[in-house]
Amino acid sequence: MSAAPPRAAILARLGPARWHAPAWLMAALVLLPVTVIALSWTNAQTEIWQHLIETQLGRLLKNTLVLMLGVGIGTVVLGVSLAWFTATCEFPGRRWFDWALMLPLAIPTYVVAFVALGLLGFSGPLQTQWRQWFGAGAWFPDIRSAGGVILVMTLVLYPYVYMLARSAFVAQGRGLMDASRLLGAGPLASFFRVALPMARPAIVAGTALALMESLADFGAVAIFNYDTFTTAIYKSWFGFFNLQAAAQLASLLLLFVALALYAEQRARGSGRIHQQAQRNREAYRLRGWRALLVSVYCGCVVLFAFVVPLLQLLWWVVEQRAAGFDARYAALIGHTFTLAGLAALITVVMAVLVAFGQRLLGRRRSALSVRLAGLGYALPGSVLAVGILLAFAFIDRQLINPLRDVFGLAPTQWLVGSLGALVLAYVIRFFSVAMGPVQSGLERIKPNFQEAAQTLGASQLRVLRRIYLPLLTPGLLTAMLLVLVDVMKEMPATLLLRPFGWDTLAVRVYEMTSEGEWQRAALPALTLVLLSIPPVIIMVRKSRRR
Amino acid sequence: MNNVFKLFLPAAAAALLAACSDTGDGPESGAEPAQQPVVTVYSSRKEHLIKPLFDRYSEDTGVEVRYITDAAGPLLARLQAEGETTPADMLMTVDAGNLWQASQQGALQPVESAALDASIPQHLRAADNTWVSLSVRARTIVYSTERVDPQQLSTYEELAGDQWQGRLCLRTSKKVYNQSLVATMINTLGEARTEEIVSGWVDNLATAPYPNDTTTMEAIVAGQCDVAIVNTYYFGRLKKQQPELPLALFWPNQGDRGVHINVSGAGITRHAKQPQEAIKLLEWLAGPQAQGKFAELNKEYPANPAIDPSAEVASWGEFKADDINVEAAGRLQAAAVKLMDRANYR
Repeated sequence: MSAAPPRAAILARLGPARWHAPAWLMAALVLLPVTVIALSWTNAQTEIWQHLIETQLGRLLKNTLVLMLGVGIGTVVLGVSLAWFTATCEFPGRRWFDWALMLPLAIPTYVVAFVALGLLGFSGPLQTQWRQWFGAGAWFPDIRSAGGVILVMTLVLYPYVYMLARSAFVAQGRGLMDASRLLGAGPLASFFRVALPMARPAIVAGTALALMESLADFGAVAIFNYDTFTTAIYKSWFGFFNLQAAAQLASLLLLFVALALYAEQRARGSGRIHQQAQRNREAYRLRGWRALLVSVYCGCVVLFAFVVPLLQLLWWVVEQRAAGFDARYAALIGHTFTLAGLAALITVVMAVLVAFGQRLLGRRRSALSVRLAGLGYALPGSVLAVGILLAFAFIDRQLINPLRDVFGLAPTQWLVGSLGALVLAYVIRFFSVAMGPVQSGLERIKPNFQEAAQTLGASQLRVLRRIYLPLLTPGLLTAMLLVLVDVMKEMPATLLLRPFGWDTLAVRVYEMTSEGEWQRAALPALTLVLLSIPPVIIMVRKSRRR
Repeated sequence: MNNVFKLFLPAAAAALLAACSDTGDGPESGAEPAQQPVVTVYSSRKEHLIKPLFDRYSEDTGVEVRYITDAAGPLLARLQAEGETTPADMLMTVDAGNLWQASQQGALQPVESAALDASIPQHLRAADNTWVSLSVRARTIVYSTERVDPQQLSTYEELAGDQWQGRLCLRTSKKVYNQSLVATMINTLGEARTEEIVSGWVDNLATAPYPNDTTTMEAIVAGQCDVAIVNTYYFGRLKKQQPELPLALFWPNQGDRGVHINVSGAGITRHAKQPQEAIKLLEWLAGPQAQGKFAELNKEYPANPAIDPSAEVASWGEFKADDINVEAAGRLQAAAVKLMDRANYR
């Protein structure tokens, strides 16, 4: 919308042009906190910058890059391979692994990190046993290392890639793979040259989510004492009490993510892959040792990423005799579900409108707004939460209260401390989580369906409802589930923006873990995990290949 | 699916609007005479440590206390952003550095109260009366009773000596408790000497710093190291779970400045809506009825010297505490963080 077209052209375009609105609305929402954070540059914090550059910035950048590289490779390898097996092959336990492989998503990263440290650390049972067998000096891999952090994060974050790649593979069917095989390509070559490129948008979207999450993570890296760029942000804020320097650092993080996403979209080019109406969805039937190998592989991932942390949580709950369980848990669960459900619904509706608008208008014409709208996920949670808080407080002060004054009402807090503000904060943070699956799902749908419908006189909204939404169902459910589970685990914004009395399970987890009482945090954490299981199962049931 | 969509879009929009206009019962000042005063607290002290006391207070006085918990940094940011319209009457937080910072940023108002002056000693209060301490915790040395003779221990400084090479464990320097410890050392020993000591600690480390005091103590039990510096209540918690652990506390620097202590405390916010009620609550928390329980809930020492610590806490022995005004921890916190960075203490 940069250069102003002539008046007649505007009128002619008014129909499709209204599809700009959703993307710009989302972009405006995300820009609220981003502007607050960018404004921090009005006052250079030279002293802190100098200190950081002199003492640790180099090490932090190196650590961050190593982490990103490791988590990137780890989640892609794990996520894509698992998705391929469960979506296209048949092996013992497949129906079960299909949904069980998503479950690690429900376990907060810091819980897995803490369990890993507890089990594999020096004082953990494994190393203790090891020392008894091989003597005190026996070598054991150090879990508190780059490798350890990467391992933990990969195990927690691969479901992002898995879920998106899975729905892409499910939608692909095997028509093109069969064609490739007929033309003489081997199974591996066909996979790498046909199936994988077709799923690329989905894989990239999932990996981007995983990388943004690991970039903004503070919980797990703090447990491992592995300093990343985000550590510097928190140090500036809590150590130097300099929120401004923290915001400056965060804005650099944001810039980096924006550039990376932009580069990826440029590299992807303008080629489009659309799915055929799939008839042949017959699975590749694995037999003998291959089937066994795949089953064991899937089983190991579920075991280490989900079962072991879950058992540890259970053990702690039993050990504490479920202390702290009282009538208030009903309210906690209610709040958690209400907030997560509301946020998931709004976020996914917005994502559908934005993605559909993007499709109607073409990528180029909506690129800026869509890209801006997705930036909320790249910031560390606490920084984004404060940005949102400051922006909302500004609106209250400059907009709402002068307006109330006109009507003779006393100044109040209309936005800050309201439920709506908290839900808006979730929408801002998790929009790109919903956008990834919706967008990659939409890209696979052929435009000629729409052209046909429009030729027959259907309106855009009708096309969206009757053609796209039914075809999009797997992507929509993936988006819903991702946002739902992410909101349920979310801490910083919930803590800072919740209205009085609106405690959630994540708040309870925070209260215990922040003082190192991991055993007592197990009960709310376990409840959180158990609550996430039904939505996962429902989602998989609804999007299962027939 | 399309029906779902048709139904939910307006519903979601309506819900959002409704939720926005419900302001979470913000302060409706002047709307009605306050027959049931409500005191609002922003607290970085955790719910299970404050709720029992607030409940008791409400029972005794009929005054309702509502609260929000979060970390100190975000709460302070919220208080500042809300400005005059804040619903908060009291800010409660742990660590003197956080209290000092809140006061420094003008988020708290001075309170003249004879009751507070009588309850809490001067070195545990802000010089400008913007906050008072409500409990005291010591950050002291813990050692393995199997491998260390307490005769070998003397001061924090001495942990930098060669005899502790490869035998020391520390918690990360990112934790404010270590920042406050180093800040008070800067105040007493000067920056150059403190940096020598901290560098010596780092050289003596048996392994990279741990994320919290409990894992640090578990490393001693597992034999990875022999001594560490921890807060007393973490020791109390661990011992309560596993009384047989071969760990004991040592009180350092008894010949000179004493053991480093830190506090939790509270102040009245600058834009408090119920300042009188909030002050009454603060006085009650600092007084004899609440102090014992307030400290006991977290195995801390009461800030009010007239009240004895719980039997469990008292069993760790008496010690001389560093009576430097705890404000120093706040004033020198940034310097301490920088010093630890320079010394490579992570």
